Amino acid sequence: MSFLDDFLARAALAGLGVALAAAPLGCFVVWRRMAYFGEATAHAAVLGVAFALGLGFAVMPAVLIAALLMALLVTAMTGRGFAMDTALGVMSHTALAAGLVAVTLLADVRLDLMAYLFGDILAVTSGDLAVIWGGAALVLGLTLWRWPALLLSTLNPDLARASDIDPRREEMVLTLALAVVVAVAIKVVGVLLIASLLVIPPAAARPLSHTPEQMALTAAGLGACATLGGLWAAFSFDTPTGPSIVCTAALLFLLTTVLGQLRRNR
Amino acid sequence: MSAPLIAARDLTIRRGGHTILEHVDVEIAAGEIVTIVGPNGSGKSTFLKALIGALKPSSGSIERLPGLRIGYVPQKLAIDQSLPLTVRRFLGLPRRIGRREADALLARAGADHLADRQMVDLSGGQFQRVLLARALLETPQLLLLDEATQGLDQPGSAAFYRRIEEVRSELGCAVVMVSHDLHVVMAASDRVVCLNGHICCQGTPEIVADAPEYRALFGSGTKGTLALYRHEHSHDHDHDHGSDPHHHLAHEDHGG
Repeated sequence: MSFLDDFLARAALAGLGVALAAAPLGCFVVWRRMAYFGEATAHAAVLGVAFALGLGFAVMPAVLIAALLMALLVTAMTGRGFAMDTALGVMSHTALAAGLVAVTLLADVRLDLMAYLFGDILAVTSGDLAVIWGGAALVLGLTLWRWPALLLSTLNPDLARASDIDPRREEMVLTLALAVVVAVAIKVVGVLLIASLLVIPPAAARPLSHTPEQMALTAAGLGACATLGGLWAAFSFDTPTGPSIVCTAALLFLLTTVLGQLRRNR
Repeated sequence: MSAPLIAARDLTIRRGGHTILEHVDVEIAAGEIVTIVGPNGSGKSTFLKALIGALKPSSGSIERLPGLRIGYVPQKLAIDQSLPLTVRRFLGLPRRIGRREADALLARAGADHLADRQMVDLSGGQFQRVLLARALLETPQLLLLDEATQGLDQPGSAAFYRRIEEVRSELGCAVVMVSHDLHVVMAASDRVVCLNGHICCQGTPEIVADAPEYRALFGSGTKGTLALYRHEHSHDHDHDHGSDPHHHLAHEDHGG
């Protein structure tokens, strides 16, 4: 296990796991225009972390439950006539604020929380790695298994129903997968930047793709590049790792967008 | 006569406190072309969505022949710019199909050479033909079209309806379509159902065109308003229908 003893190797593996799971899922987030859904689930994670740290639970399950509860609440609100952005705005900021308040009320956890807000990929343990790759495999498996049904439901719910697919069930699958990704990614980029790993690689992959599958694969590749590039940058310039990864992803987005424009204008 | 492919039995659909469809009885037999006409908000799309199972009846039921294969062309399909999708890939949803099968389907719908185009780049007419191609994928016994000619000009929609008739004679499928293009549709249909929250009248195009209920609903020019008004008072209302003023009894075939 000498390879895994190296903290950089563990960091790279953790980042790659999250990037691979987030890419196909992130494509649906982009196609369905639910970028802020990822944000809201991530903010709910702060509340989960606060409770876990304060009451001495394990962090990962607490985050998972909080993220799931948030997703269900938002879905219930939109079902009752609230616009999606209103529901997300209310729930997302409430969760973040309540989490920060809860942390202050529960003494001694303030320092720990910083690690969860911004992530600490260099502190990933072998145990974390197992959880991250387990979660990533679960999400990837789920997405691959439901892929055609998810795609058709995203395109048009009525077409899905005409093909005997229940679009609401597919939405639940997506919600569940999103909650899992947020829970496992929290250590890598932190709560505040998780949504960026979901949205930026697919957005960067869009100009290079002709089919949904191409876009998902390209997003996975770009996400992996961003992770490794960001790690390298963080190590070379002594910058925080999570933000460095996101900045690298943003650079890739810029690059592919310009490329796409050039190709279109030719 | 053999059992109908699909039948609405005393179908009532309410949404958000409003009654959209009330006591609708329609049977669709194999191979017939049925057109649903009616003013805006008369529940035409709702009726089709109930047939495909997207909407649950508040009361009454939809009976399908077991294993019925349905092809559905929705009223509109907004594809997000962020979703890259070629025509060929679209046809292979949710079941992957081979290149040759896709091309054969496109040819049947009159959309040859579009296979590699992006869905978001298609014109209105091309888009409708691709939607039709996808609906023909499982060689349906029943083809449902919701305002399929929306956004097409007159020659465009006339061509589209001719194609529907060709498809019907090739596949022998029944066709149920919702339409605004009354004159074009009437000529192509075996049967017309005039809907306005309930069935106003139904029958062959000639019978429906002569029915006072139909004329009342589609009276031309300024007389339309008057006709609609007369229409409301020329009917006996022999059962309770709450506060909905647009309610009339079916004039024939009520109760199927």
